[in-house]
Amino acid sequence: MAKTIVPIGPYHPLQEEPEFFKLTVEGERVVAIDVHVGYNHRGIEKISEMKTFDQSVYTVERICGICSTSHPFACVQAVEDIILMEVPDRAKYIRTIIAEGERIHSHLLWLGLAGHFLGYNTVFMWAWKLREEILDVMEILSGNRNNYAMFTPGGVRRDIKAEDIPVVLKKVDSILPTLDMLKKAVMDDPVLHARTKGVGILTRDEAISFSALGPTARASGVAKDVRKDAPYAAYDQVDWKMIVTQNGDVFDKLAIRVLETFESVKIMKYCLTHLPGGEIKERIKNIPPGEGIGTHEAPRGEVFHYVRSDGTNRPVRHKIRAPTYMNLPTYKATIIGETISDATIILAAIDPCYCCTERLAVRDMKGKKLFNGEDLVRLSQEKTMQLKKKMGF
Amino acid sequence: MSLKLTALLKSPWVFHLSTGSCNNCDIEIIDCLTPRFDIERFGMLLAGSIKHADVLLVTGSANRKCIPRIKRVYEQMPKPCFVVAIGECALSRGMFIHSYNCPVPIDHILPVDAYIPGCPPKPEAIIAGAVKLIEKVKNGTAKKAKNEK
Ligand code: SF4
Repeated sequence: MAKTIVPIGPYHPLQEEPEFFKLTVEGERVVAIDVHVGYNHRGIEKISEMKTFDQSVYTVERICGICSTSHPFACVQAVEDIILMEVPDRAKYIRTIIAEGERIHSHLLWLGLAGHFLGYNTVFMWAWKLREEILDVMEILSGNRNNYAMFTPGGVRRDIKAEDIPVVLKKVDSILPTLDMLKKAVMDDPVLHARTKGVGILTRDEAISFSALGPTARASGVAKDVRKDAPYAAYDQVDWKMIVTQNGDVFDKLAIRVLETFESVKIMKYCLTHLPGGEIKERIKNIPPGEGIGTHEAPRGEVFHYVRSDGTNRPVRHKIRAPTYMNLPTYKATIIGETISDATIILAAIDPCYCCTERLAVRDMKGKKLFNGEDLVRLSQEKTMQLKKKMGF
Repeated sequence: MSLKLTALLKSPWVFHLSTGSCNNCDIEIIDCLTPRFDIERFGMLLAGSIKHADVLLVTGSANRKCIPRIKRVYEQMPKPCFVVAIGECALSRGMFIHSYNCPVPIDHILPVDAYIPGCPPKPEAIIAGAVKLIEKVKNGTAKKAKNEK
């Protein structure tokens, strides 16, 4: 059968970010996929190196609006790892509260979009309406709906006031009935079952070999969560469950996100009621030379930050790896052989975040040629040779 | 006001163009469509294709890979049309001003009619901006606006 190429993007109504999918189809079946990214590349790693350690936290906040806690979280942990310091308990709890609030709003956001992609706009409207309540909570806690700017190396910037806690708890409680209804509506809906069950399956072996992360991996039966595997902040002091399902299809990815929302509500409520007293921030005098890593389980999977310091007040290298970077190649396993009508939801199922992913893009002035890894190695070797010559080695 | 403009203002359909933003501005735009803010009150609807749109909402700090595509999208838009820049990134590139990949702000690429500042602007601000633009066009002061203030 003749092959046809279906281009999607870079500007298309499917996702709010620009990215380009090249789907090769035979009849209705997808036989190959190619993903082009780079429409979001802003050179954040480089910008971060121009800023001081304090400022770079707010820089990485702007990597992605939905993960605007995840990146700062990993970044401050990397900086703290250089100094080998412990942050005060109160700061740990506040960090956990903010991170879980973000997870709730991110999962609801995805759920709404998934409903929208399936042509089920009721779910879209319900989920986003519910999300507003959580954004209100975040506004009370941090002063902003997104880009919370709560994190700083050594602790947090804003305290949670005692009089805010009952208000927040009441708000969080008030979303539970609606969330429950939404869960039932999603999990028992025959239309959603028909559209998502057995679609875009990622098997356990594939998930492991692609190094999938976050809900994408957990839906395929890989129990992987930084919050459990290497607990940080207050996650080891709270009793919560890691949700793992076995089928790896779109429905499981959907179910995981819905169920995780309940766990996040649980963690948030526990932290709010057991908030310890004390300082919220420890002053950092100077940052010694050295390197540090920080990880955080973002709503989409593990975020990884690496920061190197040379003893000045700026990082000399700041490397970021976002979860979508690892989850993106799983398309190769999930979308091939499916019909083009299911492609939208499969492409959306990993909850891709391209702003997070696009760390490196090199091209010539016409925007055509992309260097691959080997070219970069070769270029850096050439550069080293040149430098050696210059310096007379 | 021409017939076309009258029809356009009755129900302006918007298309949203992300040019390397951090997603927050885009999400706040979509937030405007959801029940709490419900921008459909003003007849605004998110169009799936640029060829159906009257207003272009631009977010993000226009990176080098996007710039030719932004121009192409704008060319495909039926005229008359309006361009609204949303967020600090689109206005002035905000904190990406020193980036090697964001050479110019949006208004060097497209003729921008309204600017909505904020990082990200709240949905209320986006709605207020949209309403102001409509009012301005209705009063025929849209072009003069820049000189007045
Ligand atoms: S203005 Fe702020 S919120 Fe909007 S895209 Fe830029 S960094 Fe993100």
